Amino acid sequence: MIGDFWVHPSLILILGALLLPLVPARLKRGWLLLVPLLVFARIWTMSKGDFGAVFFLDWVLTFGRVDALSHVFGYIMGLMCVVATLYGLHVKEDAQHIAAWVYVAGSLGVIYAGDLLTLFVFWELMALSSVFLIWFRRRPQSLGAGFRYLLVHLTGGVALLAGIILHSQATGGNLAFTTFDVAHPTPAAWLILIGFILNAAVPPLHAWLPDAYGEATFNGSIFLCAFTTKTAVYALCRGFPGMEILVPLGVAMALYGVVYAVLENDCRRLLAYHIISQVGYMVAGVGLGTQMAINGACAHAFAHILYKGLLFMGCGAVLHMTGESKFTALGGLWKKMPWTFVFTLIGGLSISAFPLFSGFVSKSMIVAAGFEQHRLWVGFLLMLASVGTFLHTGLKVPYFIWFGKSHCQPETWERAKEPPWNMTAAMVIASVLCIFIGCYTPYLYQLLPDPQAAQAFHPYTSYHLSETLQLLLFTAVGFFLLLKKLEPTPTISLDLDSFYRTGGRAFLWLARKPVPFVDNCVGEIYRALGLVPLMLTSRLVGVFDNRVIDGVVDGFASTIRGVGSRLRAAQRGSVQENLTLVFAVGILLILALLYLF
Amino acid sequence: MKLARLIEFLRNRLKTVVRVCLALLALLVLLDAIPGLVDKEPAHTTAEHFPGFWSLFGFIGCGVLIIVSKWFGHAGIMQREDYYDR
Repeated sequence: MIGDFWVHPSLILILGALLLPLVPARLKRGWLLLVPLLVFARIWTMSKGDFGAVFFLDWVLTFGRVDALSHVFGYIMGLMCVVATLYGLHVKEDAQHIAAWVYVAGSLGVIYAGDLLTLFVFWELMALSSVFLIWFRRRPQSLGAGFRYLLVHLTGGVALLAGIILHSQATGGNLAFTTFDVAHPTPAAWLILIGFILNAAVPPLHAWLPDAYGEATFNGSIFLCAFTTKTAVYALCRGFPGMEILVPLGVAMALYGVVYAVLENDCRRLLAYHIISQVGYMVAGVGLGTQMAINGACAHAFAHILYKGLLFMGCGAVLHMTGESKFTALGGLWKKMPWTFVFTLIGGLSISAFPLFSGFVSKSMIVAAGFEQHRLWVGFLLMLASVGTFLHTGLKVPYFIWFGKSHCQPETWERAKEPPWNMTAAMVIASVLCIFIGCYTPYLYQLLPDPQAAQAFHPYTSYHLSETLQLLLFTAVGFFLLLKKLEPTPTISLDLDSFYRTGGRAFLWLARKPVPFVDNCVGEIYRALGLVPLMLTSRLVGVFDNRVIDGVVDGFASTIRGVGSRLRAAQRGSVQENLTLVFAVGILLILALLYLF
Repeated sequence: MKLARLIEFLRNRLKTVVRVCLALLALLVLLDAIPGLVDKEPAHTTAEHFPGFWSLFGFIGCGVLIIVSKWFGHAGIMQREDYYDR
C-alpha cells in the first residue's frame, strides 16, 4: 500500500502496456523485463486482507482480496508473466506485448476480485485481449479461429452475467464472491458455474481450447495456456468446492483430452488437449472438495502453469524456428535442436508426474484425495489418464519431433536450429522451477491454501515412488511396442466445435439456397394470388367507374343542365318583378287558407 | 555441440541402451515385490498388493488407450485436413 491507495498488480501491467509504444526502441527490452518483474514483486510483497474497495452505484466493489487462495494463483501468474514475456522478448510488434499484458492483467483482476461484478469485468477483459494473441498469427485461418474463440467466450460471459444478476436479485444486491451453496445450487449458481466451466474447458464446453491454442502465435500460446483455464480453476475453488458434479466431469475431461491426444497430428493441439486432461484433475479435485483435494487442485494449477508453459515453449520454439508444428512435417530434429528437446522432455516428465519433477508432488495430492474418500473409480481413472499423459507428452511429442523418421522438408531442416537466447533462457527458468518444485516440496506446499495439511502430505514414500515408476516406465514399453499404431497421419480430428463450424456453414448454405428459393416462391405466390386478381379487380373497377359512375355523374349533369335551361326559359324579367309575383302569390295563398279555415 | 554428441553416442549403442532399460524394468518389479523395501500400507485395494500391479496397469492401460482412441478416431472422427475448407 502506498498511503491509502492500494496498487493493484493489474494496474502496473496496464500502465506498462499503455506506455510501451512510447518507450524508445533501445530501452524496449528493458521495459519488457522490468514491468512483469515489478508486477511479480508487487504480488510477492502484498499483505493479506481486503483492499481497493470502491463505491459504485449501490455496490461496494472490492478489487483486492488477498488471501491464501488468491495469493497462490496470483503468485504463479505473476511469475509466468515474467517467463512468458522473456520468451517473446524479441518480438518487435508492441501490440502483441500489449495484448498479452492486458490479458494477464485481466487474469490477476479476476484472482483478486472480491465481488462478482469486478470478476465479470476482468473476465471479459481476458477474452477480449487474449483473442489478439490468436489474430496476430495472421494466417488466413487465424481470423476464423479468433472469432470462434471470442464468440464462445462471450457466450460464456453472458451466462456468467445472467447468473450474477439473478444472484444479486436473490441476495438483495449482495455481490460478494464467496462459496455458493453447492448442496442446493440455485439457477443463478448454475449459470455462474456454466460461465466458469466454459473457461475451464470442461466438455462439452471445451472445443474452443485446442481450436484457439493451436492457432495462436508461438509466444501467445504460452500466455494462453497459463491463464484462462487456471483463472477458471481458481474461480471454481473459490465458488464451488465440493460440488459433486465436478468429480465425474473432471475425470471425464482427464480421459477425453488423452483420447484426442492420441489422434492429434499438430504438437501444439496435442498439448492443448492435454491442458483439458490436466485441468480435469483440478476440476475433479475441486469437486472432491476436501482440504487435501483443494490443496491438490491449487498445487496442480501452480505446477501446471510452469510445465505446460515449458512444453508450449519447446513446441513453440520448433514452430518459430522451422515454421512447422505437425508431426508429419517434423522428426529427427535432435541433431539441430537438442537443448530444446531436453527442456521439452523436462516439461513432459513434469506433466507425467515423474519423481523429482513438479507434477509428482502436485498431481498425487488429488489422486490421493480420491482414494482417501474411497472413490476408487476416481483414483484408478485418474491413474489411467496419467498413463495417457506420459504416453503423449512424455513420449509421443519428443519422439516424433526429435526422433523417429524425419518428415522434414529440406527448407524446414535447413531452418531448424536452437532458438534465440531469450527463448532458451525462459525455457531454462521454467525447467529449473519444474525440477525445484519436484525436489523441494515446502516451496510449493507453503503457498497452498492450507499449508499445514499440505506439509503433512508426503509424496516421496516408497509405495508412491514404486507405483509411479512402474506405471510410467511400463507405459513406455507399451509405447514402443505400439509405435506403429501411433505413427502420425495428416488428419484433423473432429471435435464438438464442428457443430458450430459446420453449423455456420449450414447457415450460409441456408442463406444461399433455401432462403432465396422460399423468397422466390413467396414472390410467385404473391404475383399469382395477389397481383393478378388485384389487376383484374382494378380493371373491373375501371369499367364500373367509366360506365356506371361516369354515366350517373354525366346523367346528373345533363339533367341539371336541362332543368337549368327550362328554368331559364321561365325567368322573365327583373328580380323585383319576380319577387313581387312570389309575394303576391304567397299572400293570396295565406288569405285563401285563412278564409277556408 | 556436446549434447547432440551424447545423444548420438547413445543412439549408436541402441541395443545396449534397450537392454539396460529392460534390466531396470525387471529390477523395478523385483523391488516392488520386496515387502521390506516397498511398504504397501498406503494401498487402497488388495489388487495393489500384487507385485508389479502398477506395471501391468500401465502397460495394459497404454494399450487400451491407444487401441480405443484409434478405433474412435477411425469411426469418423479423423478427417482430411481440408475438412473445414471444402
